[in-house]
Amino acid sequence: MTEPIVKFQDVHKSFGDTQVLKGINLDINSAEKVAVIGPSGSGKTTIIRMLMTLEEPTSGDIIVGGTNLWKMEKKGQMVRANEKHLREIRGDIGMVFQHFNLFPHMTILENCMTAPIHVKKEAKEEVRDRSIQMLDRVGLGDKLNNYPSQLSGGQKQRVAMARALVMRPKIMLFDEVTSALDPELVGEVLEVIRDIAKNDDMAMVLVTHEMDFALDIADKVLFLDEGVIAEQGTASQVIEHSTNERLQEFLHRFRK
Amino acid sequence: MNSTYWSWDTFLDALPFVLQGLGYTVGLTIASYLFALLFGFVWTFLRRLPNKVFHFVVTWIMEFIRSTPPLVQLFFIYYAWPMIPGIGVTLSPFTSAVIGLGIHFSTYIGEIYRSGIESVDKGQWEASRALNFTTIDKWKKVILPQALPPTIPMLGNYFIIMFKEVPLASIIGVAGIMLMANSYGAQNWAYLEPLTIVGIIFLLLSYPSAVLIRKLEIKMNTRFDKNATIKGN
Ligand SMILES: Nc1ncnc2c1ncn2[C@@H]1O[C@H](COP(=O)(O)OP(=O)(O)O)[C@@H](O)[C@H]1O
Ligand SMILES: [Mg+2]
Repeated sequence: MTEPIVKFQDVHKSFGDTQVLKGINLDINSAEKVAVIGPSGSGKTTIIRMLMTLEEPTSGDIIVGGTNLWKMEKKGQMVRANEKHLREIRGDIGMVFQHFNLFPHMTILENCMTAPIHVKKEAKEEVRDRSIQMLDRVGLGDKLNNYPSQLSGGQKQRVAMARALVMRPKIMLFDEVTSALDPELVGEVLEVIRDIAKNDDMAMVLVTHEMDFALDIADKVLFLDEGVIAEQGTASQVIEHSTNERLQEFLHRFRK
Repeated sequence: MNSTYWSWDTFLDALPFVLQGLGYTVGLTIASYLFALLFGFVWTFLRRLPNKVFHFVVTWIMEFIRSTPPLVQLFFIYYAWPMIPGIGVTLSPFTSAVIGLGIHFSTYIGEIYRSGIESVDKGQWEASRALNFTTIDKWKKVILPQALPPTIPMLGNYFIIMFKEVPLASIIGVAGIMLMANSYGAQNWAYLEPLTIVGIIFLLLSYPSAVLIRKLEIKMNTRFDKNATIKGN
């Protein structure tokens, strides 16, 4: 078996005096789909934000593609990573946010094109074709020149996915991407993620409360509770056959 | 022509004389405004540097400049500055006024920029980072295009405010309409007409600008309705 694309090694995170993560150990293989479940406030978002370099771990190591994300070598010593080091690794990671975070002053096509052109310095024509293709794939090929404010929440979230995908990340992070949506719009967004999960070979980490969805697409499910991974295994092991009491209690609230 | 009451003859006589100063008045307004717009960026940038002590010092300097009357600052730059050994430089009245008014108002304009930047949703910074933008591209493509348009009406207001402060510069010898009116008055012992002319010129220039700015404000607001998201959207 090949090296995992992401490794968390005893990762801790505190905000001030509050210990949020108390020793996370985790391997994610390339192309693996990992669902993260757990009660609100258990640190799910914090885990993927550290991987996206939006939050720095208090201690421990996060290894991405064999390279330490938050530390770098300088004169034979491991020191805090600088922005240049972070940028190099960040290029392999993409993220979709709970509140979409589309650029409101750009059309949806421009939202997709801006990073490949300015960050990856790719040719405009090629990026345009790819962006249109990607927007087609998420079902928004007819809205290219609309602004985000003219779209529904579900449509915005699908644009956000297209925007992340045109960067061709090796790892995609999804933070409760349907929880800000009206219930009738959740389906269309999950459908797009399902399509990506089944057809693309990047690793995916999804924080989600949609248990049936996790059962369907996840290779691995983590149950996060009080700052530790309290349970992990295949989706069926964790969601259907676990005997962990806290997990049972948690699941009970989400499955009717 | 020693009238102490209104005379249309005096009015017509003073008009071309006072108008000679219009170039300086408008020129000083524009130059000091541009200076303030640029220097406002400097304050905003300096205050964003991470060092806490530095942040404190810069904030305190801004506060100091804002709490001191612009008149005192003009006097300082024009009369006191040249006397400081080593760094003192003698500047023309016009240059002194550009720097004095420019720096004074740049502290307010820096505040406006800051409020504009702070109005940009936190998610925009995070999305820029997730898409791996460089710091420069993040500001150029994402933050400033959202932070600046809503500040345009407020910035416009400062143009009018500064325009109305420009007569102060007459006191260090900038030959704007105020100084011209004053010297006409001294030469002819007739202040009523030339000063009325000054008032009329200010009204004629300020009022249309104010209307224009109000229009711009409405346009900016509706632009935001149409294209932009409100917080958390
Ligand atoms: N920037 C922050 N500052 C202070 N506390 C934070 C911050 N971000 C998250 N937290 C706290 O960390 C805990 C875990 O948050 P989060 O990772 O968002 O949980 P989850 O996504 O599982 O709901 C919460 O108690 C939250 O209040
Ligand atoms: Mg969360």
